[in-house]
Amino acid sequence: MNQIVIIPILLPLASAVAMLLFSRSVTIQRIISLSSSCLLLAAAGWLLAAVISGGMLSLQAGGWAAPFGITLAADLLSAVMVAASALIGFATVIYSFAVIDPERERFFYHPLLQLLLMGINGAFLTGDVFNLYVWFEVMLISSFVLLVLGGTPVQLEGAIKYVTINLLSSSVFLAAAGILYGIAGTLNMADLARIAPRIEQKELLSVVSVLFMITFGVKAAVFPLFFWLPASYHTPPVPVSAIFAGLLTKVGVYALIRFFTTVFPHESIFINDVLLVASALTMLTGVLGAVAQYDVRKLLSFHIVSQIGYMIFGLALHSPLALAGALFYIVHNIIAKTNLFYISGIVERISGTWDLKRAGGVYARYPFISMLFLVPALGLAGIPPLSGFWAKFVIIRAGFEAGEYAVTGIALFVSLLTLFSMMKIWNEAFWKERPHQQEYEGINRYVSMGIAGKAMLLSPVVMLGLLTILFGIFFEPVFRIAESASLQLLDPLLYSTAVLGRKE
Amino acid sequence: MYSIILATASKYLLLLLQMFSVFLLFRGHNEPGGGFVGGLVAAAAYALYFIANGIGKAEKLLAVDPLHLISAGLLLAVSSTLPAFAAGRSFMTAIWFDTGISLFGKVGTPLVFDTGVYFLVLGIALKIIFSLAEEDRP
Repeated sequence: MNQIVIIPILLPLASAVAMLLFSRSVTIQRIISLSSSCLLLAAAGWLLAAVISGGMLSLQAGGWAAPFGITLAADLLSAVMVAASALIGFATVIYSFAVIDPERERFFYHPLLQLLLMGINGAFLTGDVFNLYVWFEVMLISSFVLLVLGGTPVQLEGAIKYVTINLLSSSVFLAAAGILYGIAGTLNMADLARIAPRIEQKELLSVVSVLFMITFGVKAAVFPLFFWLPASYHTPPVPVSAIFAGLLTKVGVYALIRFFTTVFPHESIFINDVLLVASALTMLTGVLGAVAQYDVRKLLSFHIVSQIGYMIFGLALHSPLALAGALFYIVHNIIAKTNLFYISGIVERISGTWDLKRAGGVYARYPFISMLFLVPALGLAGIPPLSGFWAKFVIIRAGFEAGEYAVTGIALFVSLLTLFSMMKIWNEAFWKERPHQQEYEGINRYVSMGIAGKAMLLSPVVMLGLLTILFGIFFEPVFRIAESASLQLLDPLLYSTAVLGRKE
Repeated sequence: MYSIILATASKYLLLLLQMFSVFLLFRGHNEPGGGFVGGLVAAAAYALYFIANGIGKAEKLLAVDPLHLISAGLLLAVSSTLPAFAAGRSFMTAIWFDTGISLFGKVGTPLVFDTGVYFLVLGIALKIIFSLAEEDRP
């Protein structure tokens, strides 16, 4: 049973390798890519079901015992994140078929997407700090190539910022892992959870945890380390932006949650204060940046930053309710955010521009697509009964329960501004008459697509939109999973017992 | 610049270096060596041949696209993890079986994995070298 933990990593790897064998035929690559994503979705669902029914799973690769070997572990948090990444991977593969250009496909777009998914799943499933570093690198290297694939000047400009800051944060990560190994003598997360309270050098431990906070803060785009994100995420093709927006920052958030609940719960009092302030500033600067933007993708990129703030807020509050809220928020945000990027791609196809001032009139011709935009947009803003309402409701309630009135107030205010900027997209791109209508004859690239292309373009959007609605309506069963995940997180002993296989 | 001495020597050195690389691959299980070093030595053999005879002849000698070496190597490495699944053991556990022949002794999945690494390193090194040599092409 424990073997299924490896499948979400092995499957994308195997399919990427198989695609390399057929490097000449894009059609075969597409078939492999699609079938592997389907299988990955099934495997992730299976893993999630197994963890919900049977508790935590852990796998020692090669059969070497836990603190020494390569440990993979799936608790509820990991399983949920893997399921979300498989879902977004599946949707992005379908969407890519419709929009990605043949040139990029020929230059290994599909294998790279699978390797990116492998890195993300590996980061979610590993039970070892150094392996986490390795999986981050696998993920980042794939993302570097995806970001520059095509080699347009604007892509390269974005990539320079993205690559530089990520390399910097990786070296901080490596330094922190080295110091941690020096003081604890182990990098196995379960072993660390057991050893950390007994470490004598408290000062060094604090330094290490701050270093980890910085490196994961960069990956998660937390204030003040977020500036690389809006500078780079709008440059690659839409499906790449979408999968980056949905998943990459959330890997950073996942690592923060994992570290400051499972691994270093004792350090968290000081860290939580820092995170609390950072989360408030992240929410605020992100949304203010978004309000000022008129480029749809830049606007949405700033929103990623602002939404990260809510998740970090949930982590900083550190109560069972807040952590469950943060987890629910991550899943809701992965789905809604990716979906918004998909739709922004469709709108660009229709109106031929990313600039909101020059776009317009989409609603008059395409009311269905406009409705598809409203679902994730209102979901993100937090309108009931969509999933975003519950996500925010839980986190804000946890904020009031913890007595953090100032930050909770900011969260509510930011929510209002989110609604405002979503309505800005709606008004400008969908509702208003298009300015200088006659200039745009023949610019609509959506009309000329075949029925299969349109289906591939719209089906991921419909699928994710339905999930946003369903998570809102069937909130309780979904939230119950998030609640038990947060209870697992707050009991580090559970994690170390499941991995090390003994009580102490 | 074509040197007849180097071109003649490279033909013999190619064979010698290739045999040495395979020796390193097999030796790697218990002593210094292994797939990575073996692959590098094999790539160096081809690189020498390319320096002596030019890119066109080196590519003809290799006969396969380096990219296919990369994917074949990866495929071998990935497939070496599968017997552990079939045996119901933990992922990547080494599975050995005794051939009964004293020359071979026990053969196991780590050798398959190492061979995969050998081809992967050979493929990547040659891909890099051949790409850099593109501008050398007449």
